[in-house]
Amino acid sequence: MPNKVLVHALINKNPVEFSCEPRQSLLEVLRDELGLTGTKLACNSGNCGACTVLLDSLPVNACLVLAVEIEGKAVTTIEGISPAGGLHILQQKFLEHTALQCGICTPGFIVSSVALLDRYPDPSEEQIRHWLAGNLCRCTGYVNIVRAVQDAATRLRENY
Amino acid sequence: MQSNSSQSSFRVIGSSPVRPGDADKVSGQALYGIDVTLPDMLFGAVLRSPHAHARILSIDTRQAEALPGVKAVITAADLPDLTEKIASVGKWGRYLQYQNDNILACDKVLYYGHALAAVAATNEHIASEAVELIQVTYEVLQPVLDVEQAMQEGAPILHADLRSGANKSGNQAQTNLASHVQLTRGDVEKGFALASVIVEREFHSATVHQGYLEPQNATALFSASGQLTIWCSTQGSFSVRGQVAEILQIQPVHIRVIPMEVGGAFGGKNRVYLEPLAALLSRKSGHKPVKMVMSHSEVLSATGPTSASAIRVKMGADSAGRITAATARLVYAAGAFPDSPVGTAAGVLFAPYRIENFLVDGYDVVVNKPWTASYRAPGVSNAVFTCEVLIDELSEKLGFDPLEFRMLNGVHEGDQRPDGQEYQRIGFLETLEAARKHPHYTTPLSAPHQGRGVASGFWSNGGGRSSASASLNSDGSVNLVTGSVDLTGTRLTLAMQLAETLGIPIEDIKASVTDTDSTGFADGSWGSRTTFATGQAVYKLGQNLLHLLGERLAEIWQVPTEQVGYADGVFSAGEQKLTFKELAAILSENVPVVASAAVNPTDVGPSFATHIVDVEVDPETGQTRLLRYTAVQDVGKAIHPAYVEGQIQGAVTQGIGWALNEEYIYAEGGRLLNPSFLDYRIPTCPDVPFIEPVIVEVPSPSHPYGVRGVGEMSIVPPPGAIANAIYAAVGVRMEVLPMSPGRILEALWAKGLPKSP
Amino acid sequence: MQAFDYIAAKSIEQAVSLLSQHGENARLLSGGTDLIGQMRSGLHRLALLVDIKPVPEVNVLSYDPLQGLIIGAAVPCVRLCSDPAVLAHYPGLVDAVSLIGGVQIQSRASLGGNLCNASPAADCIPALIVHEAECVIAGPGGYRKVAVGNFCTAPGLTILQEGELLVSLHLPPPQAHSGLSYLRFTPRSEMDIAVVGAGAALTLREDGCTVETARIALGAVAPTPLLVAEAGEVLAGRMASAAAFEQAARLAQKAAQPISDLRGTSAFRKHLCAVLVRRALQRALSRANENQVGAG
Repeated sequence: MPNKVLVHALINKNPVEFSCEPRQSLLEVLRDELGLTGTKLACNSGNCGACTVLLDSLPVNACLVLAVEIEGKAVTTIEGISPAGGLHILQQKFLEHTALQCGICTPGFIVSSVALLDRYPDPSEEQIRHWLAGNLCRCTGYVNIVRAVQDAATRLRENY
Repeated sequence: MQSNSSQSSFRVIGSSPVRPGDADKVSGQALYGIDVTLPDMLFGAVLRSPHAHARILSIDTRQAEALPGVKAVITAADLPDLTEKIASVGKWGRYLQYQNDNILACDKVLYYGHALAAVAATNEHIASEAVELIQVTYEVLQPVLDVEQAMQEGAPILHADLRSGANKSGNQAQTNLASHVQLTRGDVEKGFALASVIVEREFHSATVHQGYLEPQNATALFSASGQLTIWCSTQGSFSVRGQVAEILQIQPVHIRVIPMEVGGAFGGKNRVYLEPLAALLSRKSGHKPVKMVMSHSEVLSATGPTSASAIRVKMGADSAGRITAATARLVYAAGAFPDSPVGTAAGVLFAPYRIENFLVDGYDVVVNKPWTASYRAPGVSNAVFTCEVLIDELSEKLGFDPLEFRMLNGVHEGDQRPDGQEYQRIGFLETLEAARKHPHYTTPLSAPHQGRGVASGFWSNGGGRSSASASLNSDGSVNLVTGSVDLTGTRLTLAMQLAETLGIPIEDIKASVTDTDSTGFADGSWGSRTTFATGQAVYKLGQNLLHLLGERLAEIWQVPTEQVGYADGVFSAGEQKLTFKELAAILSENVPVVASAAVNPTDVGPSFATHIVDVEVDPETGQTRLLRYTAVQDVGKAIHPAYVEGQIQGAVTQGIGWALNEEYIYAEGGRLLNPSFLDYRIPTCPDVPFIEPVIVEVPSPSHPYGVRGVGEMSIVPPPGAIANAIYAAVGVRMEVLPMSPGRILEALWAKGLPKSP
Repeated sequence: MQAFDYIAAKSIEQAVSLLSQHGENARLLSGGTDLIGQMRSGLHRLALLVDIKPVPEVNVLSYDPLQGLIIGAAVPCVRLCSDPAVLAHYPGLVDAVSLIGGVQIQSRASLGGNLCNASPAADCIPALIVHEAECVIAGPGGYRKVAVGNFCTAPGLTILQEGELLVSLHLPPPQAHSGLSYLRFTPRSEMDIAVVGAGAALTLREDGCTVETARIALGAVAPTPLLVAEAGEVLAGRMASAAAFEQAARLAQKAAQPISDLRGTSAFRKHLCAVLVRRALQRALSRANENQVGAG
């Protein structure tokens, strides 16, 4: 029987304890052990960004992080992006701008975009596109996604 | 009883409300097939062939079965024997055998990645380990990957019993040519004799994949009582039910298919791959639920990409700019089993143009690649690419503006389609006109090596069987239920059509897509048919519901039914009036109000599109940068304009990937070298500009609101438009897809431009 | 993935000891963006992963005008590319490091990991070569240094012996009138492996137009990233002109021995070598002209 490791971390600001095999990725543990299926499984090889989460506030592909590596760290998933009882401005703008169709890439895009606007509150179109290069979408052609992020950036700046 | 909605002033149709379920998608709460979880669930994995062509001599699963945690192992031996069934259904029987062979290879493996066996275990890691313990001995055979080679004498033969449908004189030779179609009109020799310019080119296109992000997946629970429940990612729940019923020889009524939210499909999620395997594993493991999710490399190597092709086209036009004749020879790779979309392509290739003399031959050829499946206007993008390049060449040689040339030759209502049908009211010329008038077309280009190209296209769209039902709640709200899987928003566009028909607010309708036990039959959501055909069912449903309400009210008011009128949400007969909501409250105390409708429209309004693209080509590296893209498309009537625009933008982006970078790359022995998003290169966010969709509305006479299918059309023009733009930029006419940087450089060098430095 | 054990190393010594003990059955885990995928695909079957990230020495990032730059092997790209000293003094390195995947990869992938993965197409290695970086290696026998150009020995293989690990990279301080750059060709904008990569370093004389020294390195055109000494030497003492750059580019092209694979034909790659070397030299020249004073 493979050895299991006990891991303690903060997930969406909640202290969490789980045991897992070292070979289980963070993506697998989030989805299959912790029931947080908002982070999506697509390519499972770091090429599509559907599994983007924030690890100590840096955007990462959860499929390329071993769950054991998050010991003592803080993870934010799409479930932790919304404020209690509401939607983050980015989520609202994605809806307003019809920035999703099938929606499978959407959690990854939103988490990546949160990380972008935290660092660059006034990004140019080019900056937005290059930041999101690691998030693939096959449905929208990215048009409305970029517009949603631009609009959210404007709103967030106004709110400050 | 008619609802009062004039075509020119819709209350709901033409607006773009937010779809209620989308809030779940932005918050991560929407449930896709990959998210299914059940108590006591097992995980499945598949053993796939490392050879492109081999005979299976033996499969030994004992070591796999002995691995702790493994609960079941299956091979083709676990599939029911179809010999008698096939014998009884005749020619169609061969298709049944192909279907089964693709699920689990029986005597031969026919492509790299072909499934041979499957395992269910307590977790996915053990399942993968178990797969590696299955021992197979193969007799490796020579594969054939190229369609032209596959048609030559002496080529390795995939199916010993395949006889060409082409040769009706009874040729009994073994072949890889499964069928031949031909469309013809007039006399091409006479037509070419009238031409003052003739152009002819040979084109090749590579295999491409639909590229959806969510991999194929299925969870199955086969209960001890013989009831099978399947949760899956599919475009057609009833289609899955039917296929699984055939493969496992179970009655459809004992199968319940629950369609989950779908993370992209584009035609690739109609055929089943995992569902029958999960079902068999569930039964064999003691009736436990079994979940199977393909890895992305399995998706690319073993589901259904679209056909690679070799296409030779010749066109002639006279000095007045009229096309006088055209011929095309299309050879399509069907993959391991017959039935590529070559017939569709043959019928669509010249469809936008009035051509009195044409001859189109289409060849369906099997090769050692995965069995092709539909991809957004199946078979058409690579075919129209060839036609639009030649149209561009003709217009240049004859001195016409490319849009002008298309207008001269464009089809009108009353003209004949290549397949013989007559065009009803269509919008091709309107798309050309809108393109010509668009500021994009006349904006000057500012730098060297920039060029502008245009291309048009046609897509027939689909009809098909649809049904819908509704029940009225006491507060006047309506539950609308259909089996038409919602890929990207049709729940809402159907609700909008019902709201329009009933004259009630869109907020009062909840549309659900339910499983095969709880709703009437629907064909899958393919062929851009849902808003159109299921929309017709919904319209009819609305009519039925209003009629029923009128009848009930007539009873209450003691008047003849014909005297009850309905307008603007109010029923009236003489001085008596009741609103929709008030009537609902009254009737709910009485007999429940339910209604349903079913349709199978055969009269389908086709689409046309005309696209404009500006590119810049780096002549030192061959890289093409897209500067600007405008996509004009006739949509008939945009029920939800924001959704329609999204469909156009998404289809264009897939067309861009097809044009510039996407291709399957095979090693000589038939192994797929790039089964990952790293090297199967779909467009990323920085690769594409803002794509501007332009909606043209020429209502289709075959839908009450004028709807034409929208989802597929705009994947068709991009390769041709980009090829024509590249020609304008650097002077080479590309004859290959994708037009990747290395190939553009080769074309430049062949033209004599120097290699650098 | 095959089952394995995981140990978070506390020190270089512990890591060396574990690697020595387990030999081929153990590897170091840094960012994991190459290794985890390779384990998933079965390329590596390991019994033990030793997570090096907790060890202080591999996380050092420090700049001194006289000593130059020390980059711990586990420093992730995102940290490197946002460090003010690195941005100011090593833009040519930032060129390369910022190209390694999208932001999600940048958050995790490390320069040291990219080097140890030893892909012939690794973006950072040609840049490190033209920066004359040195690799500091710890092992059972103590510490040693290796020029980065000698670190990779074959595709996927490095000079590291059993029990050895890469601790850090040392880059000399930038000189006055010098400029360095790295360029690569990929079919799409970002998310591709380089078809060809070219690093260039130019140091000009006081007159601002004569080349004192030049270094040119290529990636993805040979089994390991390649310093093309003759291409740099042909520029020494000459005017930094288009003609001189052409000559250097042609020499670099001649030295390249690319294969044809799924990312490009050898003819295409050969052609691109010259194009990219020329462009990298142009950019290095612009930077050299901007950089009137050295770091000191």
